[in-house]
Amino acid sequence: MKTYDVVIIGAGVIGTSIARELSRYRLNIALLEKEEEPAFGVSKSNSGIIHPGTQNPPDSLKGRLCVQGNILIRKISKELGVDFQEAGELIVGFSEEDTKELLRLKKDAEALGVPGLKIVDKAWLRENEPNLNSEAVSALYAPTAGIISPYRLVYGLAENAMRNGVEIYTETKVEGIIRAGDNFEISVSKGSFNARRVINAAGLFADDISGMLGIRDFKIRPRKGEEFILDKKKENLANHLIFPLPSKISKGVLIIKTADGNPMIGPTAEDTEDKSDLATSDKGLENVLKSARRLVPSINDKDIIAYFAGLRPAAGDDFIIRHEEKSPGFINVAGIQSPGLTASPAIALLARDILKDTGLALRKKLIFHPHCKKSIHIFSMALSKTKGLIAKDASYGDIVCRCEMISAGEVRDSIKRGARTMDGIKFRTRAQGGRCHGSFCTTRIMKILAEERKIPLTGITKRGKGSEIVKKDRVDD
Amino acid sequence: MIKKDLVIVGGGPGGMAASVSAYESGIKDILLLERDQYLGGILNQCVHTGFGLEHFKEVLTGPEYAERFIARLQDMPGIDVSLKSLAVKLTRDKTVTFLKPGVLQTVKAGAIIMATGCREKTREMVHIPGTRPSGVFSAGLAQKLINIEGLLPGKEVVVVGSGDIGLIMARRFTLEGAKVKAVIEIQDKPSGLLRNIAQCVEDFNIPMYFRHKISRIHGRDRVEKVSVVKVGDDLNEIPGSLFEIKCDTVLMSVGLIQENELIDASGIQIQGNNTDVPGIFVCGNALKIYDIVDWVTKDSFAAGKLAAEYIK
Repeated sequence: MKTYDVVIIGAGVIGTSIARELSRYRLNIALLEKEEEPAFGVSKSNSGIIHPGTQNPPDSLKGRLCVQGNILIRKISKELGVDFQEAGELIVGFSEEDTKELLRLKKDAEALGVPGLKIVDKAWLRENEPNLNSEAVSALYAPTAGIISPYRLVYGLAENAMRNGVEIYTETKVEGIIRAGDNFEISVSKGSFNARRVINAAGLFADDISGMLGIRDFKIRPRKGEEFILDKKKENLANHLIFPLPSKISKGVLIIKTADGNPMIGPTAEDTEDKSDLATSDKGLENVLKSARRLVPSINDKDIIAYFAGLRPAAGDDFIIRHEEKSPGFINVAGIQSPGLTASPAIALLARDILKDTGLALRKKLIFHPHCKKSIHIFSMALSKTKGLIAKDASYGDIVCRCEMISAGEVRDSIKRGARTMDGIKFRTRAQGGRCHGSFCTTRIMKILAEERKIPLTGITKRGKGSEIVKKDRVDD
Repeated sequence: MIKKDLVIVGGGPGGMAASVSAYESGIKDILLLERDQYLGGILNQCVHTGFGLEHFKEVLTGPEYAERFIARLQDMPGIDVSLKSLAVKLTRDKTVTFLKPGVLQTVKAGAIIMATGCREKTREMVHIPGTRPSGVFSAGLAQKLINIEGLLPGKEVVVVGSGDIGLIMARRFTLEGAKVKAVIEIQDKPSGLLRNIAQCVEDFNIPMYFRHKISRIHGRDRVEKVSVVKVGDDLNEIPGSLFEIKCDTVLMSVGLIQENELIDASGIQIQGNNTDVPGIFVCGNALKIYDIVDWVTKDSFAAGKLAAEYIK
């Protein structure tokens, strides 16, 4: 059996970032993912905020990696053809007391090295954020905050890692790890892998994986967040990411700009024991609306077109990124909650350094391909630009999803680049993600997916086995 | 940019009737834009009968009703029917931009009729909490899957809301061998037509729950069950009334809303039966949600005539 130099467990933003970083070196790397596609765990519910580094304790690992990641992500997103938009963030204060707190946050963030911070006043806010509650008196403005599509980032990282030789195994759930001399034997749902080094980036299940090697000194305590997406016609609701003053356990309910244009409000923060608890609630909606309206009073619940819940894989206050001396060669990258997406490129570098310290030889490849082809999104193009494109390839003028304006060409592209499920197509293209929620386009997309994958319509799933869209062919039986 | 006397957006019953009426009123240079690959809109998937009683004085299926108009349009050489053509932009100075495979085209029109119809409200619009598994469908999507694609979306079904499409689909699922376990309606009376309550629900002994609502959808990958609660006249949940129904499918039939995004984006306002821009008209379900297609036809005939008078 082949022995991999490195096996990475978990193809979320952390696993794929590490895989892509390590693919610069002459290593045999396998990335294992239990779901049908990358980003289907914690990453799929990420808000897509690239944090500037505010709201972190000055001596924290996550604060340091966040500031570093905010810089690194700009180059990476460009290489991967994923749009990054520097939107800037405002942490809003409503009293003199709050302004003092903002000054304290500013000081902490400056100690971490967050650039460009300033306290802005009421007049500035009225001019630059007109929909903001007029009772706001000040805000901490951090210009380096940005937004990115979390899925498109993960898919870009995964695609690029594969291009550079990483093998990605989906629907491959790790069931046990044992030591075999200096190496590891990892048994999975269908077979096993041998590895010299194992990197655990299993998100919510990182404690279970770590426990397989007897390391049980941390526990992942999922913290649920419910988010509510507004119609794209409300794209200009806010010009910046808008935050309230943070509480101890979370950054509070935010007004979020997203890479797709739809504003989002949320998240809630609620501890749960259940790692599969992705249910939204009436209470969550009520809380989010109330808190969001304190920031932007004009928010209308009629504009909510979608909602979802995600789980933050929290393990205490800070990230756990370390080589486990008790099981040499095993590296935990666990407890990566917010600001994990922002920090991911810096986490990848740290994981690389730790790996090097374990004695694994890291020799750069002669050729590393840093780039991915930028995917086409009609909705974000000027109409005049669309014209040339559809003249070249008619399928870009064949609109499948009318709410979000996604063409058959884009759906096909997403499948050719790795989408295997309806959600995979939605995350990559936004088709079915608009106001009609797929009522009009589901059948058309199912047909394209069936055709491209050469499988029957009954085999099409929402997000992997067990989530088939239809039960059977009506006419057959 | 090309020029047309009249551009009609939408080739469902509204747009087809408006085209016929404008043509018969003397307008011979018409562009009819339809985003789908065939005319008829939602009629094509309505294989049940009950259409045409008022307009044709006979009982037709949806496709038969559509066919009558398609046949008339074919005899009208001045009507240019453009299929797979999605209008993406409307302006106050009466231009329409549309996309079709290989083409991006802007048309300057003498008048415009917007017959863009309506869409179904979603689970998200009525805020049903719970998980988001596969198996939650709008009634119209389920209808399309069964009637057009020949696929059965589920085997144990709960219908939310008592709109006509939901009632008709309750019958359709039953006839296909699925078990429809309940129709849940938050109001104290059905929102659909009484004939559909009788013919689609009562005749098949499907339990109907009025003043009830779904309080949660359960299931990770596929719908597994729903929680149902009774509500008072204030629509608030009555404590202790919760029960569960095992099912693999939830059908949403909670009403329709106008599909007027192009009008909204253009800044044009709908005023009465018209818009604030002379020469831009709205008709059919895009103007007002009608219970039956015959009324869409009637309304759209009037719009076609108005547009013709405006152009002259």
